[in-house]
Amino acid sequence: MSNGLIAVAMSGGVDSSAVAALLKREGQNIVGMTMQLWNQRRLPELATETSSGRCCSIDDVYDARYVSQFLGIPYYVVNFEDQFEQHVVRPFVDDYLQGRTPIPCTLCNNFIKFETFLEMAAGIGAEKIATGHYARVSFDEASGRYQLRRAVDSTKDQTYFLLGLTQAQLAKTLFPLGEMLKTETRELAREAGLPVAEKQDSQEICFVPNGDYAAFIAAYAKEQGMAVPAGGGEIVTQSGEVVGRHAGFHNYTVGQRRGLGVAAPEPLYVIATEPASNRVTVGGPDELLTTRMAVRDMNWISIAEPAEPIRAQVGRRPVGSGVRPAAARRYPGPRGRCLRRRPGAGRRVDCVASGETAWNIG
Amino acid sequence: MIPWKLAYFDHNATTPVAPDVLAAMLPALTEACGNPSSIHRDGQRARQMVETARRQVAARLGCSPKEIVFTSGGTEANNLALSLPARHVVTSAIEHPAVAQTLARRADVTVVAPDQNGLITPEALRAAMRPETDLVSIMHANNEFGTVQPVAALAAVAHEFGALFHSDGVQVPGRMAVDLGALGVDLYSVSGHKMQAPKGIGALFVRKGVDLAPLQFGGRHESGRRAGTENVPGIVALGAAAARPLHDVAALRDRLEAGILAAVPDAVVQGAGAPRLPNTTNIRFAGLEGEALVIALDLRGFSVSSGAACSSGAVEPSPALLAIGLTKTEAKSCIRFSLGESNTLDEVEALIGAVGSAVAHLRKLSPTYV
Repeated sequence: MSNGLIAVAMSGGVDSSAVAALLKREGQNIVGMTMQLWNQRRLPELATETSSGRCCSIDDVYDARYVSQFLGIPYYVVNFEDQFEQHVVRPFVDDYLQGRTPIPCTLCNNFIKFETFLEMAAGIGAEKIATGHYARVSFDEASGRYQLRRAVDSTKDQTYFLLGLTQAQLAKTLFPLGEMLKTETRELAREAGLPVAEKQDSQEICFVPNGDYAAFIAAYAKEQGMAVPAGGGEIVTQSGEVVGRHAGFHNYTVGQRRGLGVAAPEPLYVIATEPASNRVTVGGPDELLTTRMAVRDMNWISIAEPAEPIRAQVGRRPVGSGVRPAAARRYPGPRGRCLRRRPGAGRRVDCVASGETAWNIG
Repeated sequence: MIPWKLAYFDHNATTPVAPDVLAAMLPALTEACGNPSSIHRDGQRARQMVETARRQVAARLGCSPKEIVFTSGGTEANNLALSLPARHVVTSAIEHPAVAQTLARRADVTVVAPDQNGLITPEALRAAMRPETDLVSIMHANNEFGTVQPVAALAAVAHEFGALFHSDGVQVPGRMAVDLGALGVDLYSVSGHKMQAPKGIGALFVRKGVDLAPLQFGGRHESGRRAGTENVPGIVALGAAAARPLHDVAALRDRLEAGILAAVPDAVVQGAGAPRLPNTTNIRFAGLEGEALVIALDLRGFSVSSGAACSSGAVEPSPALLAIGLTKTEAKSCIRFSLGESNTLDEVEALIGAVGSAVAHLRKLSPTYV
């Protein structure tokens, strides 16, 4: 069945709804699909009166279905809860409990949205998928490779979360919003009369209610019979001096400043969390700076893996999040080691948390 | 473009209202405006319509009109029947959620496993019975793979132990002749929309002498067993549907089954070794997700289902398919095709072709199918 069918991943939000409206207006043959990724009835102790903006809520499916009806396109809910738990939720909790700072959104993109969903789309006869991400894909004739390019709207750019996409995945993916400003997306949604045109953007990690990671991790670990993080422990400096107590290491992430409850002459930051000793190590801003960083699971997008060392601009946060990329030199090797220059002295905290995602944005 | 629509093969989920049923119910929506409980002749006319329908339904089922209680559908009929007080209840592992979830709220329930064909044998039932068993509920025919149970023999076992026997019959009267006298059941649930009447109407057969208290209150309707003004148009439609002759689709079903098995390797019919509803075939296609095949076929213009329609959106594979011995993965690769009066041989042949190409495409992409 070759009819240029495109499967639009619809979350019920304004962005993916606008994608569907845009492609429909272009006369494309489209179907809407919503991924059911997490059962919000699980972990009922996390439910609150205001748990809005959570993924896969009945409201979001309702909205996506309504938009599909409005556009007159076929619409399906596909259930990937098992895959999502296996590839995203469980690794997220495991990493956190081992003192790392994972980013579940990249895992979800790598394993669910651009893998499981892409397979499902291909299976039902779609040739491409389209999502509401702010990013651009283009094909470079010279190198014969697909490139992932930043969105025109730099304040909404989501390329950071897409950095794991392979060439095969990029080849089958459309990001129609990459050329648009968010304000234009809203305008398009209003013009098209979409019922979600004024819907608020979702924030935070979708399956974690109200951004409370610690509560989610504790509840999930309990449900799964995993070792629940021990309650209190010591907050120490790098020299071993005990400066306070914490309420469970999983409440802290590297680089965190607020909520330590430790009085000190200069601002203190979390430098490391140590599950084994149940200790949280803190220090001044200088102690967060580093010149070396080991990276793994490299994904080469616009170039094939180089044999020689290369210069790169290495970032560890989405563009526009206030953390500057650092110039670095990459040395190929089994662990893909990355050597960083010490950034110029400044007030900016520039920490490397184990488990983070680094990317070359040069 | 995506076609809309070639053919409907999901009659166990629901059936289209038959044109003559619609014609029969229209006067109840337009001319007969009365409340069946009213004294005036407008009310009397509505009452006559309701009682005519009751006689039609009773004639179809082989019971007395006084033994028919109209309900809002099969689910309510099941809930009402299973509200009977009972110290211990026995049921099967392949029941529809309207029975399984209703009984799950009870303290003492024994669930009998079927054999590989989905049959509950009288011996298996007997082994689950106890002196204090007061109620047995085993469906007449399974909605997913169509196995028809030996209800008469099962009811006899229940009666030996002094228990009442309920059967969820929603899939049956639209497809097969039913004689409740011969079956010997005490309670029997019927659904209108599975037999070409509209959604929102059903009935419960309650054998004379069974003391059934109402579940909802507010009037003496339906001999005090179901309060609420009667759904006159729905009741009239159910009566008209019950008065229609049966339409045999067994030959079309057999052609569909044979055609798919010939066109598709590694396809297995579920419950093939037992008596089945003449309109139903459930086929497992190794190496693919039923969910994807349902969507692929929908985009080709064919309506079919995987698992039961009511559980779509849920992760878990159908408990009934697990109960007949399939693994989770196997259960998720099953597709149900259920035929009805409107299906033609041309549609069947087109569906065979679509299934062949869709399954081949999905398997080509499947990492697990080699």
